[in-house]
Amino acid sequence: MAIADIKSRLAILADAAKYDASCASSGSEKRDSRSGGIGSTEGMGICHSYAPDGRCISLLKILLTNHCVYDCLYCVNRVSSDTPRARFTPEEVVDLTLAFYKRNYIEGLFLSSGIVKSPDHTMEQLVRVARLLREAHGFRGYIHLKTIPDADPALIAQAGVWADRLSVNVELPKEQSLAQYAPQKDAGSIRRSMGNLRLRIDEAREEKARTRRAPRFAPAGQSTQMIVGADGASDVDILRSSSLLYGSYDLKRVYYSAFSPIPGAGAKLPPVKPPLMREHRLYQADWLYRFYGFSVDEIAEGADAHGGMLPLDKDPKLAWALVNRALFPLDVNTASREELLRVPGLGVKTVNEILRLRRLQKLRIDDVSKLTRSRAAFRPFVTALDWRPGATLDSAQLAARLAPKPQQLSLF
Amino acid sequence: MRVAALAHPADFEGWREAARVCLAAGARPHEVAWRIGEEPDLFAALAPLPSAAPSAAPPTEPAFRVPREFVELAQLAICHADEDRFALLYRLLWRLRADRDLLGRITDDDVFRLRAMAKMIRRERHKMEAFVRFREIADAEGSLFVAWFEPEHHVVEITAPFFVRRFASMRWSILTPLVSAHWNMKELRFGPGAAKSDAPSHDRFEEHWLTYYANIFNPARLKIGMMKSEMPVRYWKNLPEAALIETLVREAGKREAAMIEASPTPEPRRAQIILERMKKTANAAGPGAGHNALPGLAQEASGCRRCPLWEGATQTVFGEGAADARLMFVGEQPGDKEDLAGKPFVGPAGEVFDRALAEAGIDRASAYVTNAVKHFKNEPRGKRRLHKTPDAGEISACRWWLEREIEIIRPQFTVALGATALRSLTGLSGGLMNLRGMLAPSDLVGEVFVTVHPSSILRMPPEQREAAYAAFVADLRKLARLMA
Repeated sequence: MAIADIKSRLAILADAAKYDASCASSGSEKRDSRSGGIGSTEGMGICHSYAPDGRCISLLKILLTNHCVYDCLYCVNRVSSDTPRARFTPEEVVDLTLAFYKRNYIEGLFLSSGIVKSPDHTMEQLVRVARLLREAHGFRGYIHLKTIPDADPALIAQAGVWADRLSVNVELPKEQSLAQYAPQKDAGSIRRSMGNLRLRIDEAREEKARTRRAPRFAPAGQSTQMIVGADGASDVDILRSSSLLYGSYDLKRVYYSAFSPIPGAGAKLPPVKPPLMREHRLYQADWLYRFYGFSVDEIAEGADAHGGMLPLDKDPKLAWALVNRALFPLDVNTASREELLRVPGLGVKTVNEILRLRRLQKLRIDDVSKLTRSRAAFRPFVTALDWRPGATLDSAQLAARLAPKPQQLSLF
Repeated sequence: MRVAALAHPADFEGWREAARVCLAAGARPHEVAWRIGEEPDLFAALAPLPSAAPSAAPPTEPAFRVPREFVELAQLAICHADEDRFALLYRLLWRLRADRDLLGRITDDDVFRLRAMAKMIRRERHKMEAFVRFREIADAEGSLFVAWFEPEHHVVEITAPFFVRRFASMRWSILTPLVSAHWNMKELRFGPGAAKSDAPSHDRFEEHWLTYYANIFNPARLKIGMMKSEMPVRYWKNLPEAALIETLVREAGKREAAMIEASPTPEPRRAQIILERMKKTANAAGPGAGHNALPGLAQEASGCRRCPLWEGATQTVFGEGAADARLMFVGEQPGDKEDLAGKPFVGPAGEVFDRALAEAGIDRASAYVTNAVKHFKNEPRGKRRLHKTPDAGEISACRWWLEREIEIIRPQFTVALGATALRSLTGLSGGLMNLRGMLAPSDLVGEVFVTVHPSSILRMPPEQREAAYAAFVADLRKLARLMA
C-alpha cells in the first residue's frame, strides 16, 4: 500500500535514516557553480542546523526505501519490524535535494537504502540518484552514498565517480556479534568492500597527482560506523577494531553510534537507554589515537584492567595521565610537542600556540591559562617559569579534584 | 586629536588608507579617533606635528612592511561589532613598527584580543553560511530567493562571495538590518539595510524541511547544551525549524520511555516468507556447485581460523594459477595491496617479481603462485599497516593449506621465495643465502629451488638494488634451465 504524500514518506524515510551518525560534508575537492550548475564544496563542511539531540544536520540524510530483506536485530528497518514502509523514486530524491539545497538547508545528500530485491539492484538505484544530480542538474554539492557490500564492482566504480564519499558500515565491533545480530551480513564481505574502496581511492589519488584530468573516485574518502552497546565488546575491543580499520582502509572517520532504542524493537535485542557518555569517551579516545600520538595500548592503560572499559567520569587522556604520573610534570618551556600533547587539558591548538609563544619568551602559568579553555586541568601536570605543582601530582585526591562537577543533564 | 572617517562599519580599505596617513604623520594611537560614515576630514584635521619632519619630506623611517598575518587578522577583526576595533588595529600597527615579533606574543592583551575577534568573525561568517534560509518568490524576471538574516557582526560583505560561488545560477538577495546583498547572476551588489517584513514569510518547501527536522531527531539522545552551543539561541528567530524545538524537547522523554517499555512487537507475516525465500536462494548458490578441487579449497580457506592472523587481515589470499601447473612459487605472505585485492603478488614486490620472471623467460600465467602464510600479518600504525614476519607457529598452522595445494597441483618444480617459504617447505630456519640458486630437500615436494623474496630487493639500499635484482634474475634463469 503506497503512501502518496511526499511529506509522509519523507517522515518515514528520514526517521529510518537517523541511526547513522555520519553527517560530515568535509574533505572533498574544491568546486563551485560559477562555471555552471549549482552548488559548491570548499573543503570545510557546514552544519546547517542542529537537532535537540545535539547532532549536526548537514546533509539530507534519507533512505531511498526502508523496505529491507535483511533481519538485523538492532535496526528499525529489519524485515521483522512492523514499522511503516515507504519508498522514493530516484527523481523524487533529486527534486527534494535540489529544493532543500537552493534554500540553503543542506550541503548535499547522504543516501542509503534498505536492501530490496538484490544488492546490485539496490546499489544501482543509489548510483542513479547521484548520477541524475550530477549529470542532469549539474549539482556540485556534496554526495555521500552508502555502499552495499557484495554489489557488482562496476556499480561501485560508478558510485565513486558521482559521490564525494562512500561508506560501508561494519555495524558491530566483533565478528561474532555480527553473525548473531545481523545474520544476513558477512563481516568478510564488509572488509573486502572496504579494501576494494581503498584500492580505488588510492589509485584515483595517484592518478590525480600525475594528470589533472584523472577520473575521480570518492575524493572525500570512505568512513564507517560501529554501534556501541548492542554487543559485549569493550571499549578497548572497539578501539582495536578502529585502529585496524584506520590502518587498513585509510578511513576518514569511524563513527561510534550509541545503541539507541528503536520503535518496535524485537524480543531478541531489547531496547536500553543509549550509552551516550560512553560514545563520547570513545570519540575522545579515537582523537587521542589519531591526533595525539597515543597507541591503543596506551589508551587501554587508562581503562579498567579487567573489563577494558574507559572511565566515564574522566576523559581518557586524564585517565592515562593519572596512571602515568611519573612522566609528569612537564616543563611547558622545554617539553617537546609530542610530550605536551599528553598533558590533560591541552589540545592540539593550545600546544601549537605554546610552541609559537615560547620561541619569543618564557611562559608563565597564566600564559598557558590564557591559551586554554580548561583553566585547571593541566596545572598539576606542568611546570612553568613561575609555577611548580608541588605535591598535588602525588595527591590521592587528584583524580577527584579534576573530575568534572556533576552536571544536570537535559535541562531546557 | 585627529579624526579618521570610514565609509562603512567593515571598511578595511578605508581603515588601511587612514592608518597609513596617520602612521606617516607619526600620530600616536591615542591621538586618533575613528568614526564611521562622516565626511573624510582626516586630511583637514591633520596638522604637522611639532616634532615631525617638514611636510614635504618623506617619512624618516624606512618603509614599514606589515606582516601578512596582521592583514589577514585585521580584515576579519574589522568586521567585529566592538566599537574599539579600529583603535585596537591602529595600536597594533603602531606597536608592530617597534616590535616585529608582536603577533607571536599571543598572550599580549592586544594580540590576544585581535586573535579572539578574528576567531569570532570566522565563526560568525561560518554561522551565516549555515543559517541563512532562502524563501522563493516570483517576480517579473522569474524566480528569486530572498533571505532575512540578523548577524551580530558586520560579516555580510565578507560572506556574500560564498553565496555567489554556491548559488551562481540563482537570483538571490540576503537582507539584513544594516546592509543587503543582491546577486543577479552577473554581479554582486550591496544596498541599504532592510526590515524583516521586506522578506517573504513563506516558502513552499518549508513544511518539508520541518518534517525532515522533526524526524531526523532522535528523542532518545537529548543533548540540548550541545545544540545550543553550536546553534546559539539568538539565531533561532530566523530559523524556521527552531519553532519545533520546544515541542520536540518536551515530548522526547515520553517517546523514549515508550520505546523502552513497549513490549516486543510481533513479526509481520511477510517477514518469515521473505527470510525463507532468502535461505533458499542462498542454499541454491551454495558450495558444491561444479565441485572443482582448487576453487573448493580456496573457498574453504576463506573462513580459516587456524591461527589468529585472520583478525587483523581483510581476507585470505589464496594461491592463484592453473591446477595443472608444472611450476609453483611459494612466497612469504600477502602484503598490504595483496590483502586489499585478495590476490597474491600484485603489490610492489609483485611488480619486481613479474619483471624478473619476464626477463628470465618464465611465464607467470602458466605457474601457480601462492604464499606460505595466507593472511597478512601486520600492525596498524596510523593510516597504514606495518608488515610483520610470521612466526613458526603461524607458518606451521598455514602449512596445512600449502600441503593441500601441493596435493592438488603436484608441481614438478617448486620455488621457495625467501626464508619463510624455505622454512615452510623444508623446515630449515636459516641458510637462505647459502642455498639460493640451488635445490634443497623438502618432505613436501622432494626438492625445492631456493631464491630470495622479491621484496628483499626493495628493502636494499638504493645502490645495492640493481645488483640484488640481477642476482634474482640470474636465479630465475637457472630455474628456467633446470626446467628446460
